[in-house]
Amino acid sequence: MLGWTTRRSLLAALLAGPLALGALPGVAQAETTLRVIPHADLKNLDPIWTTAYITRNHGYMIYDTLFAMNENFEPQPQMVDTWETSEDGLTWTFVLRDGLTFHDGAPVTAADVVASLERWGKRDGMGQQLFANTASLEAKDDKTVVLTLANEYGLVLESIGKISSNVPFIMPARVAATDPFEQITDFTGSGPFVFQEDQWVPGSTVVYTKFEDYVPREEPVSAASGGKVAKVDKVVWTYFPDQTTAMNALMAGEVDFFEQPANDLAPLLEANPDITVQVNDPLGNIGFARFNHLLPPFDNADVRRAAMMAMKQEDYMAAAVGDPKFWKTCYSVFPCGTPLDNDVGSEVMSMGDIDAAKAALAETGYDGTPVVIMQPTDIPILSAFSLVTAEKLRNAGFEVEVQAMDWSTLTSRRASRDPVADGGWNMFHTWWIGADVIDPMAIAFSGDPDAGWFGWAEDAALEEARAAFAVAGTEEEKKEVAQTVQDRLWSIGASGQLGQFFNPVAYRNNVQGLIESPVQFFWNISVE
Amino acid sequence: MTRYITMRVLSTIPVMVLVALFVFLMLRLAPGDPASVIAGDYATAEDVARIREQLGLSDPIVVQFVRWVGALAQGDLGTSIFSGKPVTELIGQRIEPTILLALTTIVFAVVVAVPLGTIAAFRAGSLLDRVVMLFSVSGFSVPVFVLGYILIYTFSMSLKVLPVQGYKSPFVEGLGPFLYHITLPTVTLSVIFIALIARMTRASVIEVLEEDYIRTARAKGQSELTILMRHALRNAAVPVVTVIGIGIALLIGGVVVTESVFNIPGLGRLVLDAVLARDYPIIQGLILFFSFIYIFINLMIDLSYTLLDPRIRY
Repeated sequence: MLGWTTRRSLLAALLAGPLALGALPGVAQAETTLRVIPHADLKNLDPIWTTAYITRNHGYMIYDTLFAMNENFEPQPQMVDTWETSEDGLTWTFVLRDGLTFHDGAPVTAADVVASLERWGKRDGMGQQLFANTASLEAKDDKTVVLTLANEYGLVLESIGKISSNVPFIMPARVAATDPFEQITDFTGSGPFVFQEDQWVPGSTVVYTKFEDYVPREEPVSAASGGKVAKVDKVVWTYFPDQTTAMNALMAGEVDFFEQPANDLAPLLEANPDITVQVNDPLGNIGFARFNHLLPPFDNADVRRAAMMAMKQEDYMAAAVGDPKFWKTCYSVFPCGTPLDNDVGSEVMSMGDIDAAKAALAETGYDGTPVVIMQPTDIPILSAFSLVTAEKLRNAGFEVEVQAMDWSTLTSRRASRDPVADGGWNMFHTWWIGADVIDPMAIAFSGDPDAGWFGWAEDAALEEARAAFAVAGTEEEKKEVAQTVQDRLWSIGASGQLGQFFNPVAYRNNVQGLIESPVQFFWNISVE
Repeated sequence: MTRYITMRVLSTIPVMVLVALFVFLMLRLAPGDPASVIAGDYATAEDVARIREQLGLSDPIVVQFVRWVGALAQGDLGTSIFSGKPVTELIGQRIEPTILLALTTIVFAVVVAVPLGTIAAFRAGSLLDRVVMLFSVSGFSVPVFVLGYILIYTFSMSLKVLPVQGYKSPFVEGLGPFLYHITLPTVTLSVIFIALIARMTRASVIEVLEEDYIRTARAKGQSELTILMRHALRNAAVPVVTVIGIGIALLIGGVVVTESVFNIPGLGRLVLDAVLARDYPIIQGLILFFSFIYIFINLMIDLSYTLLDPRIRY
């Protein structure tokens, strides 16, 4: 009589047999594949057209950048070999390194760089500021690019070496000639992996193969900088809409790497000896409660500050993230642990005191105007943030109305400046990845109601300080100006800040060489 | 008969036009805007407006509708706003897993449910009948995703005999890998249909077994098996086929959840992703496509009645 184990094996062999036979030729080729569950579905492929992080990650797979941030958030040369600045700081000359080749075999030229930066400069916030301060950008010869500034500007390398959306990826000039408001249709890059367009199934699968002609830098890898060595032949992204299925697939060994498991799955994954769970992004994410500065009651800075006094970061993090090892309080508007992190003016945010909020609200003469909070129920963390805020504000004496909707509806409605009765809003919650709010130039810190972020804060002193940051020369000067920016943000009650939280990655123990960074990179990773 | 089929086919045209109009208006009047989703957090109002312009979303609704219908008349379902791929290509990429999952589900459900229902009817009131009916009630009550997770836990995580997720094409990777991956989703999705079809078969057969011609057959000395197979089942088939037809239509909803739980890249997930992202051309194209399938299945069922019951003529 067959034992259960034997019968089980027979059944598995019977069912999987044809699969195993079909896989035999693959064994002979010994091709290495990294099987990844990305954090989102790759819906579109143009990292200049959209700011979606998944498209940014796709960009890093197939494109290269002139400069790239290292782990200390300092821009380092990537495609650039040498560069120099004129004495007056207005002329920047960049020389491309040898061996740069596009996936179609054509060399990367200065003309490609100029066209790519010009397209990026029409869509990206930092790019727009750089070009607003630029007199000309020219290809001097095939390998030399000359940037001439119209006036002093201190963020040239920070701009062209920015790590997150929109990243100034270098594309062939013919591709970069595409209208920046239209999607590109040619996906030729010069990065360490090649996109296999014929195998792309939107909503499911993306396949990249190693670019054999890529010449990595000699320096060791450090965040986005250093040598990008592709250590696997193929990277396959398979999108899983269901977190539980994704977790099961990782535990069953059907995938190797799970980019963003929900925090509440971490204990189950950690209990599996074949799986490692770790925080790979040192900056994490910063929770934001955004006020609409145009509409009552939050058109009054004192009312906004009263609301902020009621917000206790520990409560938000406990409700939305859970396990304390994945979050920490942070009362700096710049992510804690980054160069500009400071505590100037943060008392209003660190208070977390309902009684103080109640007293402060009473002093404003608040007339009971309801606060409409948009609650995106399809994003659990933001949904939890919304409910905690509603509870806090009610306790502080606000009238609150929570309106449930999906994130798509919220993104559309938050653009409305109309009164609430005509489709407007008072509050919504979101988070920024730490890398996106690392300095005062982030749009989240804007005080310009016309060109600024949804919620439309207005503060001339804040804008003045942000402009001063752009021309600050030394690190000390930058820190000083950043403190002024933070002081203004807290003084006008621009946004509530809800804590710094970290999404772990989970991977099977055969995966080696992960890079610590705010962005997930797939070079340097091997599968044993 | 030919005239009937022609009339039925022609009658689908106004139905499809109404569906198209309804879907188009419903989407345009619903909150949410793909341009805002695309633009992201850094966009200014001008950026969003320019994206809307590029996508043709700032034109009057009537203009957008005429443009869409004009393209439809030429067989063009439009282009996905996000991926830039033609909707027909996206449907083409996804249709195989959905159709094969639906097919395996309905075949499995019929193969299991019809004998179960028939035996239950034949032994009505017995313990076997009660067990079948208990299974039937349970089958209705358990949500697809709960059953899916239980099966994954049992067969994939504990016994390790079947995969957790994925889909392999029988045309590319062969029948073995296909069956290996489709088994759990099929069983998960078919349980509710087994319950539905078994109940209907039981009720229908019980009714037929009380007819005079069954008594006559017995008086003639025919065996119970012959009576059951030749007389009872065939006469009970019309309502059963109706339920199977409804079941196929219901499958369209069921595959959305099943495809998510088992990570099958089919049409169900395509429509779900499109709704969340407000990818209008995909949603419009898919609803039209599903409507067409629904109408087609209903026509096939109506025509099948003539084969099953000679008294029915169109």
